[in-house]
Amino acid sequence: MASPGSEPVHGSPRKQSRVVIRFAGDSGDGMQLTGDRFTAEAAAFGNDLSTLPNFPAEIRAPHGTLAGVSSFQLHFADYDILTPGDRPDVLVTMNPAALKANLTDLSPGGVLIVDTDEFTKRNLTKVGFESDPLEDGSLASYTVHRVAMTSLTTAALAPLGIGKKEAERSKNMFALGLLSWMYSRPTEGTERWLRDKFAKRPEIAEANIVAFRTGHAYGETTESFAVTYEVSPAALPDGTYRQITGNTALAYGIVASGLRFGLPVFLGSYPITPASDILHELSKLKRFGVTTFQAEDEIAGVSAAIGAAFGGSLGVTTTSGPGISLKSEAIGLAVMTELPLLVVDVQRGGPSTGLPTKTEQSDLLQAMFGRNGEAPLPIVAPRSPSDAFDATLDAVRIAVTYQTPVLLLSDGAIANGSEPWRLPEDGDLPETPVRFATEPNGPDGSFLPYLRDPDTLAVPWAVPGTPGLAHRIGGLEKADGTGNISYDPANHEFMVRVRQAKIDGVTVPDLDVEDPDGDADVLVVGWGSTYGPIGAAVRRLRALGHPVAQAHFRYLNPFPANTADVLRRYRKVVVPEMNLGQLAFLLQGRFCIPVESITKVAGMPFGAAELAERLTPLMMKEEVSA
Amino acid sequence: MTAIDLGLPVLGGLDRVPTEDEVQRAKDFTSDQEVRWCPGCGDYAVLAAVRSFLPTLHIKRENTVFVSGIGCSSRFPYYLDTYGMHSIHGRAPAIATGLAVTRPDLSVFVVTGDGDALSIGGNHLIHALRRNVNLTILLFNNRIYGLTKGQYSPTSEVGKVTKSTPMGSLDHPFNPVSLALGAEATFVGRAMDSDRAGLTEVLDAATRHRGASLVEIYQDCPIFNDGSFDVLRKPDQSESRVITVRHGEPIVFGNEGRYAVVRKGFGLAVAPTAEVAPEDVVVHDATDTELAFALSRLSDQDLQHAVFGVLRRVDRPTYDDLARAQVQHAVQDGTADLHSLLHGTDTWAVQSGNVQIPHD
Repeated sequence: MASPGSEPVHGSPRKQSRVVIRFAGDSGDGMQLTGDRFTAEAAAFGNDLSTLPNFPAEIRAPHGTLAGVSSFQLHFADYDILTPGDRPDVLVTMNPAALKANLTDLSPGGVLIVDTDEFTKRNLTKVGFESDPLEDGSLASYTVHRVAMTSLTTAALAPLGIGKKEAERSKNMFALGLLSWMYSRPTEGTERWLRDKFAKRPEIAEANIVAFRTGHAYGETTESFAVTYEVSPAALPDGTYRQITGNTALAYGIVASGLRFGLPVFLGSYPITPASDILHELSKLKRFGVTTFQAEDEIAGVSAAIGAAFGGSLGVTTTSGPGISLKSEAIGLAVMTELPLLVVDVQRGGPSTGLPTKTEQSDLLQAMFGRNGEAPLPIVAPRSPSDAFDATLDAVRIAVTYQTPVLLLSDGAIANGSEPWRLPEDGDLPETPVRFATEPNGPDGSFLPYLRDPDTLAVPWAVPGTPGLAHRIGGLEKADGTGNISYDPANHEFMVRVRQAKIDGVTVPDLDVEDPDGDADVLVVGWGSTYGPIGAAVRRLRALGHPVAQAHFRYLNPFPANTADVLRRYRKVVVPEMNLGQLAFLLQGRFCIPVESITKVAGMPFGAAELAERLTPLMMKEEVSA
Repeated sequence: MTAIDLGLPVLGGLDRVPTEDEVQRAKDFTSDQEVRWCPGCGDYAVLAAVRSFLPTLHIKRENTVFVSGIGCSSRFPYYLDTYGMHSIHGRAPAIATGLAVTRPDLSVFVVTGDGDALSIGGNHLIHALRRNVNLTILLFNNRIYGLTKGQYSPTSEVGKVTKSTPMGSLDHPFNPVSLALGAEATFVGRAMDSDRAGLTEVLDAATRHRGASLVEIYQDCPIFNDGSFDVLRKPDQSESRVITVRHGEPIVFGNEGRYAVVRKGFGLAVAPTAEVAPEDVVVHDATDTELAFALSRLSDQDLQHAVFGVLRRVDRPTYDDLARAQVQHAVQDGTADLHSLLHGTDTWAVQSGNVQIPHD
């Protein structure tokens, strides 16, 4: 593991394999932007990377308070990494609050860069520092760089004649410039990006570029930073890459699905953290025939999507857990009417309003069972930001093949986190247009809207406007075949079971097990965004000589056909999840196999070291019961 | 920020719907399902009126869709041989919005009741109206919950004794027409279930109006609120109560026009026609927002007066036309290319483990 900041090397930059950097400041300090930009530089350089934005739900909490601290962590490396990193090696703090909130996470001996201008008595008192940590020796175990970022920035911008407040706001670009110098990052991209972003206000673009260059030059010319570092590009599988967040990948997956299945996309959505960016992204993509509808509420969002699906569009609704609660009845209507629908739940901390900006995986059982009656639907979960693209395509495939709503379970870490994405080749997305019903399918030219495909048990998709197929659908139980209202006991029994059988019969790929040495007797299984931390933890355990296998569920309903076989092969099955054991509950209930649950509900992903530590006791053989 | 002016022409409500040349009859619109409302229910009269009215639109039957919520009236779609969806409580306007936005070739009707539209679905109703989605909304108002067997509704008069209010209901009722006008509806009308001609006239205007049309239909529930509109039906009582308005005509009513509507302060009042100067009789102007609202206030919960006909009808771009125009505008731009979308502006290539630094 890299640990910057020991011996200076003159001339060429010091090589590092991987680095974790965290930018922390006030909500208004532009830390997310700074982190995003540094990420883009790392991506452009060819590093593998993974990010973890962490910000409060309040837009602007009181200035300089702990509640208002916003941070962005970036892990970049010259090999394939799986998580945003446990602890930062480098912590950039723009004020005392950011220092207080983040210092305990900094790796021992790590580098701390501080904006000294903000370390005033008043700011220190505000967060409960009795003495100035920059002076009282409490930071002795770190390599501390004291930089007057605010005043250096305002001094550099003085000739531009812009206001002091505006000038101060550019200090985040000073920090970015400094870090870009330290890590030998390319700078042209950022300058170009600033010019684009502030195209309408060239004076602001100029100020930010000057601040950025000033930070860069500060590193180059002052002696306090004797060392620069280099993290070489990562040797990833061949292909063309870009950096992408989970929400963007998911939005692109929706667009690609529309093109692939030949359906116009209709999104009905109500703004909610952390899903709103999907609505924002799709609303910019109308050129792909995408209609976005910002509804009056969550229920209207899904209802409009159901209406659009009835009319032959790809109906989509996007939300987070509280929105799923509100949409439940309507999702049940889509189950009952058997219309294709994509329901996206970007999970956040719950219950109720919970932790809007933090991640959790606690909606699995809601997705599975959160509707009245027997209302099964397929559940698909992406494992990482870039995987959200493929998972979306697959969720839509299931929806239109089986005429069913599908729940796509993303989460806050996937949504806002980013990583390199190996782009699909042009031929990877073959167009397979959906076929609507056009002809009567019953005796004497009649149309039976609930006559099923013998293989998939799907009902026909017969859209209004098709002559001869006029029919009525609804939430009341319907007679097999005709779809007429039916209260017949035997019919209801049959229909409940056939709807269940349809979902049970959804074809999903087998569960893959990663067991490099083939001798593992412990299997760690996860779903969703725990993929990265589990993978990283398992690597650590293997490095310590523990034989351990990993498997990951993309399909939570139905489970892959080989699930029971896989689980039974291992002495112990361990399920780490960011909830109180929901997948563990499902696996035990479904397969009667005991599993060990490792759970965390802190609003933050598992750290690799943390998870490895919690897994270690489970590696011991003597635990085997007779 | 300013919106792009999409320069839309003024259209009629059915202008994008394919027409039918063959002669259609009421029975063509009648499904094979047995109608299961209580004997004497006002819904029968409305169903009969709609079945005979639909053929007069000369549109393709398969391009006609009825979407309903939950309640007695929401069974309506099952009895028509068109496309239909009997959905969930209160959500029909939202479902119909998704359908209407994506399918300009359909004539979309919403069938709802006072509980469905004004209680559980109140939010969807007002937003469909303000957006002006091209829908025709039939609001069956029987001032009671029928399907749940007789609880008071948001249009029940204060003091209503029902199963859930044995000591009388406390809440002040909605006036659906005032509500719709307050929600910026571009078309608001009212009709009586038993008045086939009046109902058909308002329905026809509503359907041909491009935008959200709300038609409140007073409808009798013989089981739980029997005779609730009798004062408007019995000739001896209705004469001084029923006010029928037509655009451009002076508002007089009663035998031989005995009564007239006149201005009073910021509102309206009823006076004996003989006692007012002819020029003081209000002439109905369906494009006058204030007049429509004042007319709606003439109808109170005690049914002292009730105004029927088209109270308001104005043209305003519809949400669905605008939404489609935005998409079309963007599509015509011709820059939709999935490859470039996915690639974005910053990509890098990796070949055989060697990274190539990008040069874009």
